[in-house]
Amino acid sequence: MDTITKPVSLREHVVPVEAGEHVVGTHWLKATLALALSDGRVLRWTDGALDNVEAHAGGILSACGDGERLVTGGDDGRVVATAAEGEPTEIARDPKRRWVDAVTLSASGSLAWNTGKTVHARDDKGKVRSLDFATTPQGLVFAPKGYRLAIGQMNGVSLWYPNTEAKPDLLDWKGSHLDVMWSPDGRFVVSSMQENALHGWRLGDKPAHMRMTGYPSKPRSLSWSHDGLWLASSGADAAIVWPFQGEGPSGKAPRECGARHAKVSRVAFHPRALVLAVGYDDGCILMIRLTDASELLVRPALRGSGITAFAWDKTGKRLAFGAEDGAAGVLTLPAT
Amino acid sequence: MSEKIPVTVLTGYLGAGKTTLLNRILTEDHGKKFAVIVNEFGEAGIDGDLIVGADEEIFEMNNGCICCTVRGDLIRILDGLMKRKGKFDAIIVETTGLADPAPVAQTFFVDQDVGDATKLDAVITVTDAKWLKDRLKDAPEAKNQIAFADVIVLNKVDLVTAEELASVEAAIRAINPYAKLHKTTRCDVAIDQLLDRNAFDLDRILDIEPDFLESGHHHHHSDEVRSMSFTIPGDVDPEKFMPWINDVSQAQGPQILRSKGILAFKDEPRRFVFQGVHMILDGDLQRDWKADEARSSRLVFIGRDLNENELRKGFEACAA
Repeated sequence: MDTITKPVSLREHVVPVEAGEHVVGTHWLKATLALALSDGRVLRWTDGALDNVEAHAGGILSACGDGERLVTGGDDGRVVATAAEGEPTEIARDPKRRWVDAVTLSASGSLAWNTGKTVHARDDKGKVRSLDFATTPQGLVFAPKGYRLAIGQMNGVSLWYPNTEAKPDLLDWKGSHLDVMWSPDGRFVVSSMQENALHGWRLGDKPAHMRMTGYPSKPRSLSWSHDGLWLASSGADAAIVWPFQGEGPSGKAPRECGARHAKVSRVAFHPRALVLAVGYDDGCILMIRLTDASELLVRPALRGSGITAFAWDKTGKRLAFGAEDGAAGVLTLPAT
Repeated sequence: MSEKIPVTVLTGYLGAGKTTLLNRILTEDHGKKFAVIVNEFGEAGIDGDLIVGADEEIFEMNNGCICCTVRGDLIRILDGLMKRKGKFDAIIVETTGLADPAPVAQTFFVDQDVGDATKLDAVITVTDAKWLKDRLKDAPEAKNQIAFADVIVLNKVDLVTAEELASVEAAIRAINPYAKLHKTTRCDVAIDQLLDRNAFDLDRILDIEPDFLESGHHHHHSDEVRSMSFTIPGDVDPEKFMPWINDVSQAQGPQILRSKGILAFKDEPRRFVFQGVHMILDGDLQRDWKADEARSSRLVFIGRDLNENELRKGFEACAA
């Protein structure tokens, strides 16, 4: 018999954060956690100290972060950047106040967002280029290297070099593409689809298709492992983790981690280890090690408190989460 | 599971009075807060707390169902609105005069996230007593909107004679005899006649359509969009009925605008209630048949170019 009590729960290492409103997204700005809230505020938490700023006149619909600033898109038609300190600054404003429900940042500080059927890309020097689409562009993500933007839309994903006159390349696949992810090595583009599936392309002269199906609902949260070899996804009653070694997941079965009687709503891979944070729509959070499928409880289920946001800090020592009822928290992993 | 937010769809041909009705709903003293989704090029002058512009983007679903279309923009907007739950009590979706209501309705059945958070309450169609008969001749959209409605607001009745009104009412009833019909001037209908209808709630199909199980409407030859109903005065065999109704909805889904049914299954104490929009069917066993209630099985189709004899024979072959 093993007499040493192993920690099966990380609950006592979680510090609660009272966000008070649906948490749309959360990101670490160095030591400060920024939470984008559905009432337009950005809440900043620094080791227990809270302050909040009014970033949008309406609600926040989308949020991204690059470690220096939180960039949010709102239903007031504005794109706003909020740093760890000081007042938010407006980056763009749509004259028709159309929703900005997709924003993305690149590692070098380029930014992209949507309004209506138009995508706007702003390079790190501040030059904005816009491109119109026939249907609403939804998912936006920059390539890991270079100024190239992937845009999810009806019947495919466009790859656009905003600083050239060249027409975007279309990765076509029938259906509506919602969120887009680019693999860390740049070889794969993956989209989540209205049809409860993921679709992937292995880039090259002739892009190869990868179909990842079988989800009971839309997989709206995707996360790459730090080594780029695994892609975790939400949308089922377990986190579905697809293998991206070699040629990708075609013909291979995915891993299913943390099966429970609830739908996985968010997933986030640890930035340095094969450990996956899994959040469910019943409020539960599990930490799962991919190598041996061991599970640790971070947060027990709580009715009406479905997980809506995750953020690991850069070193992977702290995991922040937010929920639909305005609950939030920070887990600090115990030193081992 | 928290309470689902009711969604009312407001449709109607251009100039019928949709905006008037919308403003009545929004400004009346009912203590409710609404989020309103209007089409981008809609008429100005809507008062309200939370107004969202939509662009009526239709998605074809890749699920092998040819008539299965959903409103992509609606899915996106509802997803955004759900982040602000608690800020409004109900949602109203206004469509353009030319819109087909089917993709809007299908969105609530096909998209699970939408279906989990919201429920379709009713399709309200505003029509113009003076011009409707012309529109029914020249605009297929107007016909679809009548066929689809749970509630019809027949507006501007002050502009027509009694005979004209009777004639336009007959034209509406030929297409859709089941909707609640309100004859109005400047859309003056009590708001509680429009909201909380639960028209798509299987539990409530009888409550809102008290005539539903009474014996048949005669079908009308006047138009290619029409309704038909079939009754079996007793039980049906589910082993025969389920494959048949699935075949019918697969083969004739594009022509069937709406379908409803209340059925007595052999050896089943509960009533089986179903409804459909094109190919999408939703059905469940509901309450027990009451002791004083005659067990009977009845189906209603509203559709375009449906073969009544074939459908009747097919249904009658399902008798237990």
